[in-house]
Amino acid sequence: MTTPRTYSEFSRPLWMRLLLTRETAVIALTAAVVVYSLATVPNFDGPLTLKFLLQDIAPILLIALPMTLIIITGEIDLSVASIVGLSSVMLGVLHDNGLSVPVAALIALLVGAACGALNGFLVAYVGLPSLAVTIGTLALFRGIAVGLLGTKAVTEFTESWTDLATATLGSTNIPVVMVPFVVLALGFSLLLHFSTFGRGIYDIGLNDEAAHFTGVDVARTKWILFVLSGVVSAFAGIYYTLRFGSARGDNATGMELQVIAAVLLGGVSIFGGRGRLHGVIAGVVLIGVIASALRLERVTVNVTNIIIGLLLIASVISTPLLSWVATRLPRKAPPSEEPTPPKQATPAGV
Amino acid sequence: MNLHSNRAAALAALALSLSLLTACGSDDSGSDSGSESGGGGGDVAMTMLPKNLGNPYFDTSTTGAETAADEVGATIEQVGPETGDDPAGQVPFINTVAQQGADGLIVSANDPQAICDAIGEARDAGVKVVTFDSDTNPDCRDLFINQATAEGIAAKQLELISEQIGGSGEIAILSAAANATNQNAWIEMMEAELESNPDYADIELVDTVYGDDQDQKSFDQTEALLQNHPDLKGIISPTTVGIAAAARYLSESESKGKVMLTGLGTPNQMRPFVEDGTVEAFALWNPGDLGYLAVHATQALVDGDITGEEGDTFEAGELGEFEVGADGVVLLGEPFTFNADNIDDFDF
Amino acid sequence: MTPHTDVRHADGTEASTSEVLLVEPSALSPARRITTTVLRSRELSIFLVLIAVTVVATLKNDSFLFSSDGWRNFLVNPSLLLLLAVGQAVVIITRNVDLSVGSIMALTAYLTGRLFIDQPGLPVVAVFALCILAGGVLGLVNGLLVAYFNVPALVITLGTLYIYRGIVLSWAGSDRINAGDLPSGFLALGNKAILTIPVLTIIALAVLAVVGYYLYTARGGREFYAIGSDPDAAVLYGLDVRRRVLAAFVLSGALAGLVGVLYTARYGTVSSGVGSGIELQAVAAVVIGGVAIFGGSGTVWGAAIGAFLLVTINRALPSLGIEDFWQRAVVGALILGAIVLDRVLANRQATKLAEAREMTA
Repeated sequence: MTTPRTYSEFSRPLWMRLLLTRETAVIALTAAVVVYSLATVPNFDGPLTLKFLLQDIAPILLIALPMTLIIITGEIDLSVASIVGLSSVMLGVLHDNGLSVPVAALIALLVGAACGALNGFLVAYVGLPSLAVTIGTLALFRGIAVGLLGTKAVTEFTESWTDLATATLGSTNIPVVMVPFVVLALGFSLLLHFSTFGRGIYDIGLNDEAAHFTGVDVARTKWILFVLSGVVSAFAGIYYTLRFGSARGDNATGMELQVIAAVLLGGVSIFGGRGRLHGVIAGVVLIGVIASALRLERVTVNVTNIIIGLLLIASVISTPLLSWVATRLPRKAPPSEEPTPPKQATPAGV
Repeated sequence: MNLHSNRAAALAALALSLSLLTACGSDDSGSDSGSESGGGGGDVAMTMLPKNLGNPYFDTSTTGAETAADEVGATIEQVGPETGDDPAGQVPFINTVAQQGADGLIVSANDPQAICDAIGEARDAGVKVVTFDSDTNPDCRDLFINQATAEGIAAKQLELISEQIGGSGEIAILSAAANATNQNAWIEMMEAELESNPDYADIELVDTVYGDDQDQKSFDQTEALLQNHPDLKGIISPTTVGIAAAARYLSESESKGKVMLTGLGTPNQMRPFVEDGTVEAFALWNPGDLGYLAVHATQALVDGDITGEEGDTFEAGELGEFEVGADGVVLLGEPFTFNADNIDDFDF
Repeated sequence: MTPHTDVRHADGTEASTSEVLLVEPSALSPARRITTTVLRSRELSIFLVLIAVTVVATLKNDSFLFSSDGWRNFLVNPSLLLLLAVGQAVVIITRNVDLSVGSIMALTAYLTGRLFIDQPGLPVVAVFALCILAGGVLGLVNGLLVAYFNVPALVITLGTLYIYRGIVLSWAGSDRINAGDLPSGFLALGNKAILTIPVLTIIALAVLAVVGYYLYTARGGREFYAIGSDPDAAVLYGLDVRRRVLAAFVLSGALAGLVGVLYTARYGTVSSGVGSGIELQAVAAVVIGGVAIFGGSGTVWGAAIGAFLLVTINRALPSLGIEDFWQRAVVGALILGAIVLDRVLANRQATKLAEAREMTA
């Protein structure tokens, strides 16, 4: 008898396992696009580019963090952009009625948490499909936002706060909003990769019944994730409002699609159970860089949309497509084993 | 995931994106080549940023601007958002202008305050900012090219509608975007005039609705107005997109001829409706002249001929000499009334 | 209600008509069966809500319904959404979703304008045919990607939503098609009425009837339901799942193409922003109409009534004293209510079916 082959003899070397992942592909692509743009796009290497780029993608970066976790569990949250709009309106209406910006912002955060709690309750505890629920809350929250302000926008904000939203750190060109983003990104990474809660998230994504039987509180986990999504979306809404100096019910319409596109691009599987944050961050940056470069090249926005759409489709069909291709390629035969001795004839009567 | 699919996927995606970017990069969008970094050497580069693209009124003003740009030897390109109802929609374009280091930005603002921060960054980068058609707060920008005084426009609108409905009845306003500076200025003037002027004592303003300068929305809002106010006698629509949509709705409805429509419209869009009797008279100015004047003013700023102070004067080609008024406002002229008699004389 | 059947509970008590309908429908007489099915149907309840909304709005404001404009608008405005909802319903019944219909609609609306401008001699029927074909091809792309790559339709149609919208933006630029560019005969179609029913509504109802009949009676139609309720079982049973899913997306695309033409006839002006956001309204109409988002149940009649309800509520809000700004909130509340109701009813039905195992005839 041969010694049984162990996993370490079959598995790929460490460097391969670390580097040849879906996320690395996205990061490499992003780096390539950045390098290419620096070389060829006029004014891309200018001082303002980084600042505007990060300011533009900041809300998407923020919302992509909890969205990744939600998609890993196999659910989805389409109402994030509406929560952004609603928190924007809350900030505007409350500030218009005399509350200071910090107090109004705090209330807006609470409203965002409440929205997330509603989503979470309907999905986790009532058991409704998240696609349908969040389509409904997308309309409901956006409707409340628009209903409160009509089509007007509140554009008078205390200058010190709007200045803060567009300020940069010291003499670098990195906007101030990157600080809370980095903190949240680290927090979510720790949550996802270094806690049992995070392991539970992956388990739920792979098979939520099995997760339940191994002791993961599926309903509570999902509920918490939706609340987090609501709070972070509200925070993104506050930033968005102060950065543009305009609170409006229709703010950030369509942003949910951009977030989901970036998350899927970043290697998270829509079926759940797989995905990591660094790929997602690279995905958001990739889309932002492409949009920024094309704008500087005076190419219109629609081409950016076409590219995002193509990238999105390419990223999701690449896996099944290449697996199909791989099955058609001739495979190297596995190393032969010593032939096992033929089975002994069983004694009669057993 | 097996080895083949990862590597191949990465390479395929890389190749796809690079090829797309190359294709787009080499595809000159037609108008002109990218500007040199930092203004100065070479042509003066200007950017025209209307409230939204796809609006015939702004298409005309851009044509006028291009004529002026040829005259002064500057290059000009037009950018803008698809819809004009979002105050923040113009900000990315202003940011791009700041990054490109253009010499002049000519913008019709969707909101008096929202774009001020972005304009500030552009001015810091050395861009001269001139507003036209719809202003921002005066300290945000260098000059404002105003087509006519708000009082003049408001007075003319009320005059026209009052004549057409016989001096008494319910009227409504179909405006553009709720935040648009010029719209709100005119509406305020109209409301004040209705209050104070004894001639309009029997006219009541019952509703103000917003069509966001979008055709379908304005069409639907007209329908809603007629449905919700059965006794409506007149509609004022001081926006060229709004009045065109309202006229189209009215001409196919049973209210044609019973509910009067006036406002600000372009002759080409309104001609069929004046001919079939839906609209009697409306007003406007020449948007082409507005764009033309804006470019000359910007050129004067860039050259250093004027600084935007009250009393500065500059030459504006065929339109003659203009003087800067209080708050950095340059006035084009007075609104002009179009009706069945003179509408065939114009082509814009 | 005595059911006049011999179906009994385990303890000997008679089963009510609704229980018999669930367990052994053939035990009831055909007339009884049909009336009970209709009376207990989701479609009827939404229809009643629609009637209620219309009655209240008309009481407040006669001209809502009883003026020629009001009657015309009541019927025409929902027709476009109705067609989109029918296509969306078929796709959702197969457990997919089609988010690209708004972009397809924009493309064909612009194509309509371009055809009339660039090819002046083209008959109107040809324009209709070309646009429906174009929509079908765009839907085919969706269908191929979903059916053959086994990727969730949400993602694919999200991508094609971006791509098709980008194409129409690039093609049209900031160009607009104006009413003046279109032949007056075509524009008249938007307002023409036969026996006071607008032509657009007749087209919509005709399509609804054909699709509804097919789904209900034809084997191909029933296969959609089978695929939606359990895709794995459908495969094992030998159904050509790929072909059916492909057909569903082609239908949705073709109908979106048709809506593009009708939109141009109705509004006369086409810009590249046409149809933005209408895909979510179509999904909302379908969900409100009783089609489960996980597929396998619901009817296109329900989706059609849902579309009618959505548009009519929007028009009726001002008459009810609510600013029309609140329309979206109302829609959202309706969707949530519909989904929760679906879940409650499904649970009750599951309990009844479990009890029914103990019933005897």
